[in-house]
Parts: sequence; structure tokens; C-alpha cells
Amino acid sequence: MSFLRKSVHILGSVARRQQHLKVIRGAISTAARDYSSKPADDYANFPGAKAPFVSKLNLIQPEDYAPIPIYRVMDQDGYIADETQDPQLGREVVEKMFRDMVLLNTMDKILYESQRQGRISFYMTNFGEEASHIGSAAALEMRDLIYGQYREAGVLVWRGFRIDQFIDQCYGNTEDLGRGKQMPVHYGSRELNFVTISSPLSTQMPQAVGAAYAMKLKPNNDACVVCYFGEGAASEGDAHAAFNFAATLGSPVILFCRNNGFAISTPSHEQYRGDGIAGRGPMGYGITTIRVDGTDVFAVYNAMKAAREYVLKENKPVVFEALAYRVGHHSTSDDSTAYRPAEEIEVWNTVEHPISKLKRYMVHKGWFDEDVENEYVKDIRKKVLKQIAVSEKKLKPNWREMFEGVYAEMPQHLIEQRKELEKHIEAHKEHYPLKNFEK
Amino acid sequence: MLRTRLIQAASSAQRAFSTSQKALAAKQMTVRDALNSALDDELARDDRVFILGEEVAQYDGAYKVSRGLWKKYGDKRVIDTPITEMGFAGIAVGAAMAGLRPVCEFMTWNFSMQAIDHIINSAAKTFYMSAGAVNVPIVFRGPNGAASGVAAQHSQCFAAWYAHCPGLKVISPYDSEDARGLLKAAIRDPDPVVFLENELVYGTAFPVDDKVADKDFVVPIGKAKIMRPGKDITLVAHSKAVETSLLAAAELAKKGIEAEVINLRSIRPLDTATIFASVRKTHHLVTVENGWPQHGVGAEICARIMEDQTFFELDAPVWRCAGVDVPMPYAKTLEAHALPRVQDLVDAVLKVLGGKAGKAVAANK
Repeated sequence: MSFLRKSVHILGSVARRQQHLKVIRGAISTAARDYSSKPADDYANFPGAKAPFVSKLNLIQPEDYAPIPIYRVMDQDGYIADETQDPQLGREVVEKMFRDMVLLNTMDKILYESQRQGRISFYMTNFGEEASHIGSAAALEMRDLIYGQYREAGVLVWRGFRIDQFIDQCYGNTEDLGRGKQMPVHYGSRELNFVTISSPLSTQMPQAVGAAYAMKLKPNNDACVVCYFGEGAASEGDAHAAFNFAATLGSPVILFCRNNGFAISTPSHEQYRGDGIAGRGPMGYGITTIRVDGTDVFAVYNAMKAAREYVLKENKPVVFEALAYRVGHHSTSDDSTAYRPAEEIEVWNTVEHPISKLKRYMVHKGWFDEDVENEYVKDIRKKVLKQIAVSEKKLKPNWREMFEGVYAEMPQHLIEQRKELEKHIEAHKEHYPLKNFEK
Repeated sequence: MLRTRLIQAASSAQRAFSTSQKALAAKQMTVRDALNSALDDELARDDRVFILGEEVAQYDGAYKVSRGLWKKYGDKRVIDTPITEMGFAGIAVGAAMAGLRPVCEFMTWNFSMQAIDHIINSAAKTFYMSAGAVNVPIVFRGPNGAASGVAAQHSQCFAAWYAHCPGLKVISPYDSEDARGLLKAAIRDPDPVVFLENELVYGTAFPVDDKVADKDFVVPIGKAKIMRPGKDITLVAHSKAVETSLLAAAELAKKGIEAEVINLRSIRPLDTATIFASVRKTHHLVTVENGWPQHGVGAEICARIMEDQTFFELDAPVWRCAGVDVPMPYAKTLEAHALPRVQDLVDAVLKVLGGKAGKAVAANK
């Protein structure tokens, strides 16, 4: 990276060569470090790569490689193509999957509107990606640690995060687990092993790899880390670092790319060249890779089960690409009809929608009762609307808390600042909306 | 030409790396050994502690600070990483979130700019923004500030940069006692700590008390140390500028001026109590740092004094001695002149003392 680094290496090679080599020889069997090519062999043995020699010059084209196929279990009409791939989930589990997806979808619609009405400052919907959230969450154990990007509310729904917890977070009131310190949708729950969402894009990726590495060090570890990120986030430098470190450290982490086709307004064909994010896995980083139809909840579920088993057994990462379509706008700060046709969105919001697909499956199975499900949606709507009214009225956390959590122990200067503020507010309380804050 | 320079730099760097095999006189310890033994102690004390960074394991660290630790503790505790500061800083933050206590080495703090988002947005803020659910006990460490002949991109002081951010603790040790005691304290601290070392003193041996070698020796974070008492003027410095200040104080003593030298040790939290107490005694203050002046550590000290009753104790305006406000020149002579020198400090002190300096000099005669 830099001049200084080079100077350091030169020093190493000139002055410390002997000692350095001794260290290496002492530590690692020489066989593992023997890079000399064998005579009369057309197979190269460079430290950087092992591959055959060829005498014909060839510019390898991206088109020379077939794209990684997309695993799916259920077709558009909700039929399972290959019965061996049916996860054989009981009616109860499939119903929970369906209802969690519906809950997420319903809650999203209302909270989105509540932002439009100016009740909360910001919101992000999960439309079109419900299956990748629920399918992946269902295949995990609660002890598995989740690092989300910001559009993974479904994982929390599956894990048992309640409607009141979602809405209290968005309203930043005194029941918010985040104590009103974050923007809406930045959920986090220690109880549910879900690391609090952090706004800067992709920073969760190397952090997740680091957390997985920490888990690997624990004796008899039986938990992995799942890191969700978008295909846009995969362009950040952090994504490269995460892939490379996951591979070289051997971290039990599932790098779950929600490829929903859009990074705000940037479509995936402008985001990258090559075969999506999955294409980077096996050849690019030497990571085992799975690519699935992210609108097929069973495909995501099966693949996630296999991925989890693999990362824990091998102590190696998996790159997981779930392809879907972001049906909603990026966030409440975006209107996506400015950059994509409404008709296209409509297709993905109907026939291709993950909820519709699962519904059709349930219809074939005879597990779907239209009236019961309509009643369920109505009930959720009622609960969410009622909760908004309740959450809005709840007090904000005590204003003194703004000084808390900066350090494990409050330093003197913050204690003094808080005292100053207390005195100031005591003297001018009539000018502050103190009744809105917890005493 | 470039190659020649590289080799020159390499050989000058080699001087800095040399770890003397000579038996050191009793109660002497180099800063490198102080750091190395602090890491060793803490790796042994707490199995959650691990070191990661470029070249820290097999190569023993670019500056040999982690010498011997990979051999002693193995691949799980001392980890060589691929070259990406952003990447391994992120890995360290994640590992800290998951319960480990990483010590993340930057080959120099100059390269930490690649990782600054993880340091500030993740390490420093997560405890606050998760409402106490996730803490990030982590030490980022490495050499900081001007080295020798490595030009503008390798010669920057980051004390002011990181001290700006709530959530971080920022430490800038000077001698071996500081380095050992503060690094051990930093590793045991529950909050993220930025630990700014100085390459130029790695090989310097400082006298140390027996207690410094103790396994449980720690120096409290947030407390400054008076290196030399004096009654006429206060010099406040951190890192290598403490040395410049001590040398200047010795010069001034020849003129009959007794300067009190304060080694800040911690930049955040800043030990204003010690500075204020000293100023109440001497009524004069010069701040000394090798970083740039604007929004620097000295600027912050000036502001803190003005916000306090101590302002009325001053008999003259405070003077800042800082690095020159340009990117560090490569040329050796210019580099030397771009940093506060002993003579600069002596001149500054005489200027601040004004007539009183004359009286002191006269009294001495």
C-alpha cells in the first residue's frame, strides 16, 4: 500500500532473511512451504497459484464461464418440481412462515404510511424479500448471531421480536430497547442474538467475520454468524475485506447477499459486472457458494440449512446469494418509479411475490383458508394501528440518558455537563417539553 | 533514485528496529520492550486477548513490538492479516462485539485512515447506539506522528483527530513506564482505546522502577504526570514532545528559569486538573505537540483554560508550539524544522515570560 510498507519489507528481505526463514522453518513443515517446481512437470507450483502450464495464449473471457445456477424448490405456481427437495415442513411451520411474512408485509405498509404522515422520521420496507428473511431465519438456531444491514426485519419477526418492540423502536420511546438513540428500523436485541443495526454500509461484514472468528475460538462451538448485506453493499471495500478474511481466517460465517436488484436507484447491471455476488465466491475468494431463488421460501430454507451445517462442520464461510426484487422504494427518502417502470414492479408484487408463491403452495396442500387469512391480516392491521397510537403516547427516555453509554463508566467531564444541564433545565423548565420525557 | 531512497529508508528504519542484545543496565527498559512485555502479560492474563494486524505474527511486527509472541502464543492469539486496514479493523470490532479483547496493530497510524469508519462509527459509537447492549473493548495501537524521512503521508499525528470523538479513549505515552502501564490499562479497559506510540522512541531505553516490571502494574488512563516540577512556567506535552520539553526545561534551568513539564499521557480524557493546578502555580503556559496547530491538543487546552477560573491565573497569553502547518517535508533539514525544536521552546518560553524572564536571568547571575 505504501512506500513505508515497502521499506519494511525490504528490510525484512535484506537484513532479516536468515532469521525470518528460520522462524518459518521452525513453525511449519517445509513440505507445506515447498514451492519449487518439479522437473518435467507441466503443472505449476508457484506460491501464489497452482495451475497447469499451457503454451497457447488465451484471454479468459467472463463468458467462458457458465453462470452459477439458481436453486429453487417451488415454481411460480407453488408446485414443488422435485419432490426430493421438499423440506417436508409440517403445516404448523409453513403457517408460521406464511403468517410471519404477512405480518412483516402488513406492518411495513402501515409504518411506511406513518412516516409519510410525519409521525416518524424514516422507514424502510421489506417488500419482495419476505421469503429470504423468513426462509433463512427458520433454518437457523437462536444461538446463531445475526448481523443485519437494515432490511432484515423478517429475521426478527421469526425470532419473536414483537410488534410493540418494532414500533417502540421506530418511535424512540422509553420502551425502545435502543433508548431512542437510533433512527427508525435500527433494531437490535441481545435476547434474540441480533446485533444492533449500524447505518454505515457494509461495516457489518468484516465485523461479522470477526465475530464468527471469536466463536470459532470457543471450545465446542455450535453457533455460526449470519451476515446480511445487499448487492450494492458488496461494492464497498469492506465487502472485499470480509470475503477475503472469512476465507483466510476460516470463519464460520454465512455471508448472505440479498440481491434485490437495486441499490437505491442503481440497478444491479450498473452495480457490477460478472456473475452477481455468487460469482465472486468460489473462483474469486475460494469460498463455498450457494445461489438461490430468494422469492422461494423453501429454497432459501433448504440452502440455509445446508450452509449452516457446512460452516459449522468445516469452520469455513459460505457465500449465499438470494435473488429477489426490491418491490418497495429504497426508503422513505426515495420514489423508485423515477427509475423503473411501474409495470415491472407490479409483476414482482403479484405473480412473483414470495407471499403469493407460498400461498399457492398452501392452497394446493389444502392448508389455506381465505377467510381465516383475511381475518389474520385484519387483526395484524388492528394491532399495528393500535400499537402506533400507544407507542406515540409513550414517554421518551429520560433526557439525562443522552450522557449515558458513551463510556462504560461516565467520565468526570460528562458528569459535570449533565449537572450543568440539570441546573439549566431546573431554572428554565417552562421552556422545555419535560412532560414528554421519563422522569 | 527511488531505489536508493528505499534502501536508505530501510537502513535508517533498521536502526529503529535494532533490538540490542547487550545486557541492559539494571532498571532500564526500552519502549519496545515495555510494549512487548505489556502485550505478553495481558495475553497470558486473559485468554480473550489476541493481537491482529499486518506482519504481527511470523515477522514479529513491522517494528518488532510483538516479537516472540506468535511463537509463544500461536496462530490463534497472534494473527497475521491480509493487507486491508478497513478489513482487519472491522474484524477486530466484530471480535470485540462477540466477547474477545482484540489488540489491533496498525503498521502506522497513518494507515488507520482507511479504517477510520470502523474506529469512529463502529468502535466508538456502538455502545451508545445499542443503548449499552454491545460494548467494544478493543485497543487500536501503532506508531503515530513523524518518524524519520518518511514524508507527509507517513508523518502525521492523529492525537487531535481521535481525541475529537466521544466514545474513544486516546492515549499518547512517552517513556517506557507510560508505554507499559498504559498499554496494560488500555487492554483491560472496557471501552475502545486509541493507543498512539512513537516509532522514534521504540529503541530508547528509559530508567524504570522495579514496580513497572510487576505483572499488575498499570498506569491509570486520564491522568497526566509531572515529569519535572518547576515554579516559573508550565510546559504541557505528549509523546515525543515531552522529550523536547524536558530538554528545553534543562536549557531554561541554565538561565535560572524553572519550567514544570507535564506529560499528558492521555489526550482523552484530558487531565485538566493537573494542568490547571500547575498553571495556578506558574501563571504561564506553553503547550507542545508535534501535530498541527489548528484544532490541536494545545488549542483544546487553551480553550479549556478560558472556560475555567484558571484563565484569571494567567499572567500572559498561552503559547502553542506545534508542528508547522504544512504537510511534512521529506527533506531531512526541513523535516527537523517542521517540528518544534528545543530552541523553539526556549524562545517561546522567553517570549511568554517577557520581563519576568529577564528578572529570572538576572537573579540567576
